[in-house]
Amino acid sequence: MKIIKSLALMALITSTFFIGCKPKDADIKIAVEKSISALPNLTGTTVDVKDGIVTLTGQLKDDNAKGLAETTTKAVKGVKSVVNNLSITTPVLVAVDDLLTKAVNDAVKDYPTVVANVKDGIISLTGKIKKEALPKLMMAISALKPKKINNQLTTN
Amino acid sequence: MALQDKYKQLTDAASAAGISDLIVREQDGILYIDGTAPSGAIKDQLWDIYNSIDPNFSSGDLILNVNVSIDASVTKVKVVTENSNLNIRKGPGTDQPIVGKAAHGEVITLVNRSNEQWWLVRTKDNEEGYCYAQYLSPEA
Repeated sequence: MKIIKSLALMALITSTFFIGCKPKDADIKIAVEKSISALPNLTGTTVDVKDGIVTLTGQLKDDNAKGLAETTTKAVKGVKSVVNNLSITTPVLVAVDDLLTKAVNDAVKDYPTVVANVKDGIISLTGKIKKEALPKLMMAISALKPKKINNQLTTN
Repeated sequence: MALQDKYKQLTDAASAAGISDLIVREQDGILYIDGTAPSGAIKDQLWDIYNSIDPNFSSGDLILNVNVSIDASVTKVKVVTENSNLNIRKGPGTDQPIVGKAAHGEVITLVNRSNEQWWLVRTKDNEEGYCYAQYLSPEA
């Protein structure tokens, strides 16, 4: 009788141990995500938790944001350690208007019905183009490091 | 985040197709996808997906800049104009004087590709100058 009782007790302890362990990682994940979402420059961080170890992935603007994500995560209750796999995105480089204008003129030279304008890094395309030629022109123009392509070409 | 969702099929395809140095960035409401494709066919495939998500590329919310990687050992290129001759110019730009022509379909020597848009070439008559890279296809 005594053995059965202690066995039952053991089973109870084991089951509560396992049941108690599983949602914990999920709770930590929710808590970390909540802390991170409160800080706008940490947008883009993905949180994964396994056995209390938090792995952060994604791309942030700079090293400060990367460090902040780590300290914010460490401060969350239940977090054992943090694996910081966040990377830094470099800002998009936009070509200056003079160079961009020259390059755009080169690209549209063989499309006499296309008119291109460049202002503040934005290429605007107006006029007409053959439908099958449009992807080719867009490919050429997208490689010139514009900020934006405002394509208003009509296809025929 | 909404933009990344809109073009998720494209970025997923880019990862799956083995685009190297793939960088996906969102800045001021525009998504920038940069990388190098292993072949021209992969680049075309990505542009087909782009065209299907944003017909005729009219939304102005994506800059898809995928280059095709070219083996450094390539020394011959074929002229792939629609049907006309290709101008060879003194310098890299359509404002530069024309120093020669290469025929449609002709295979010429690639000297260097230091300028992405304008490649330095040499014809069989030893005319040297710059051609618009879009009309040149590397020969294996």
